[in-house]
Amino acid sequence: MSLLKPGHRGCAGCCDALAGKFMLDALGEDVIVVSPTGCLEVFTTPYPESAWGVPWVHSLFENAAAVASGVEAALKALGKKNNTKVVAIGGDGATLDIGLQAISGAFERGHDITYICVDNEAYMNTGIQRSGATPLYASTTTSPAGKVSIGNPQHKKNMPAIMAAHGSPYVATASIAYAPDMMKKVKKAAQVKGPTYVHVHAPCCTGWKFEGSKTIEVGRLAVETAMWPLYEMENGEITGVRKIKNRKPVEEYLKVQGRFKHLFGKEDKTEDIKKIQAIADWNAKHFGLE
Amino acid sequence: MRKNMVVVEGSYAVAHAVKVCRPNVISAYPITPQTHIVEDLAQFVADGDMNCEYMNVESEFSAISALIGASAAGARTYSSTTSQGLALMHEVLFNASGMRLPIVMTVVNRALSAPINIWNDQQDSISQRDTGWIQLYAEDVQESADMTPQIYKLAEDEDVLLPAMSCMDGFILSHVYEPVILLEQSLTDEFLPAYNPEFVLDPKNPMSFGAFADPSTYTEFRYKQEKAMGVALKKIEEIANEFKDIYGRYYGGLIDGYVLDDAQIVIIAMGSIIGTIKDTIDELRKEGESVGLLKVRSFRPFPTEAIRKSLKNARVIITLDKNISIGKNEGALCTEIKACLYNTDNRVPVIGFMLGHGGRDIPIHMIKKIINKAKLVEKGIFVESEFADLREDLA
Repeated sequence: MSLLKPGHRGCAGCCDALAGKFMLDALGEDVIVVSPTGCLEVFTTPYPESAWGVPWVHSLFENAAAVASGVEAALKALGKKNNTKVVAIGGDGATLDIGLQAISGAFERGHDITYICVDNEAYMNTGIQRSGATPLYASTTTSPAGKVSIGNPQHKKNMPAIMAAHGSPYVATASIAYAPDMMKKVKKAAQVKGPTYVHVHAPCCTGWKFEGSKTIEVGRLAVETAMWPLYEMENGEITGVRKIKNRKPVEEYLKVQGRFKHLFGKEDKTEDIKKIQAIADWNAKHFGLE
Repeated sequence: MRKNMVVVEGSYAVAHAVKVCRPNVISAYPITPQTHIVEDLAQFVADGDMNCEYMNVESEFSAISALIGASAAGARTYSSTTSQGLALMHEVLFNASGMRLPIVMTVVNRALSAPINIWNDQQDSISQRDTGWIQLYAEDVQESADMTPQIYKLAEDEDVLLPAMSCMDGFILSHVYEPVILLEQSLTDEFLPAYNPEFVLDPKNPMSFGAFADPSTYTEFRYKQEKAMGVALKKIEEIANEFKDIYGRYYGGLIDGYVLDDAQIVIIAMGSIIGTIKDTIDELRKEGESVGLLKVRSFRPFPTEAIRKSLKNARVIITLDKNISIGKNEGALCTEIKACLYNTDNRVPVIGFMLGHGGRDIPIHMIKKIINKAKLVEKGIFVESEFADLREDLA
């Protein structure tokens, strides 16, 4: 049985539950997990129950990296570090927005921790509000599409680049739609000494508005369109890229999600979709995906 | 002077006391006037005199957050902060208490901004009153140092398990050089056992910390914190006595009295102002005035019963507060003392004076002025609460 036990309160088709399961499948039992506040935290630990088959701690929304660094320091001080991995797993809001300072501090201090961002591109736990990870033109409850709005006006923050700039020895992007690839990267991140980072793309059926049975399909489209490039960086250099054969146009990815449906209404949004296509084109070129 | 006394800065005495308590993880962020404590600790570590993980974090928020992780992993933990730093920790303070992690922190009391001011008052720790932390206030440097192992023993007691602040007045105590006895390692090892928590983050025995509690379970977490504070009330006295047996020094448990039993006028206060009040009382007693002092050592848990018993003979009670609840026009001690006496037959007037904000000096003549003003109560003039040291040209 998985170390993330059944019976938790995740939605059918939940991306966080898959990410948590794949993470533990990759890491095994000798791990201490830290979660910031978010869906994963809430649905796995309704007191007095817990879905975690490994030691797990949640403190607050913005401090998971600091808590993880304290766990690591304690293990070292008590002579209990051995091979135990300390891993934080948090959402995009906890990572790119409110928790960024604590992550920066922990990475700069060089703790032997792994931080995994499960990026479903908005604050899903509070009801689909935009975050720094929300992509261009996605409609969320705080960046809604409307008569004079085309949805979220900002570009997604490039968090892996920020983490690589901290001198992290290992930074990778992954997707829950590519489980073996994600597990390989999580395992490697945990094995590399020092602060390492894995950014996992995670389509949320509730927030992105698609059927719960399509989570993997949507995740694959993000990779196949180059909206989500899969790559590895070691000491700041790109060392591995998942190539794409026959890259699909971004419309194929956008069309299956309710959060982009305003791009495909009566009004012609071709020019706006081109801007999104340009992001995918940049990714393909920059990371050499083709 | 006792043979084993040395003249050191207050911060050094406290840092040394922390050292002999053998914390496993220290995490702190520099802020005046706390800096000397964490600098001294960093030097102990750098010199190999202290075996611990010393974390230089990027903010007070992360300083205390790191200790949440460290404490949950089974470490004895320490931090120190003040003022803005403590305010920045606010959210995490509730969390540490709710998670029942016995983190110990020295709060070097300082005023809060705006206007920015680095000098002493107690607005910072008083503002954290309801976070579920134990708060003890020290009178002098020796007590600040001695409070350190006492507060570890208290916080880590298996029936308490609450985080705790040892509060010392900024500059007045942290930067003063006084003759003190540095805590002996051997006595401290005898007094303070190693921290061996029952619940820790351990892959061999997985547990979940910081779960989500809905309305059907939340209330009892609060109830149990309150109950633990009740246990702490008893333990503070016991631990103070145990400390006396081993080290030979005693400062009171929950409270302490100074010519209190027969006093008709009783001054109630906390922290370094206690010394000034004692000197004032010595002078007034010589003049035949019936004045005494009640020192509140434990502000949380609040020693309601002990205070009630100690005020049986009081005719007028004066509270001195280095803080204010703006909009209530009184300090926290004033409000608490009034509340403490309300459901009793002892309906003596309680008169509050706020003073010493932002480091304004509190000389003996000011305490005397306050006492004279409070005495007017007997003629029926009632002063509810007021600032004692306003500058008329600026007010």
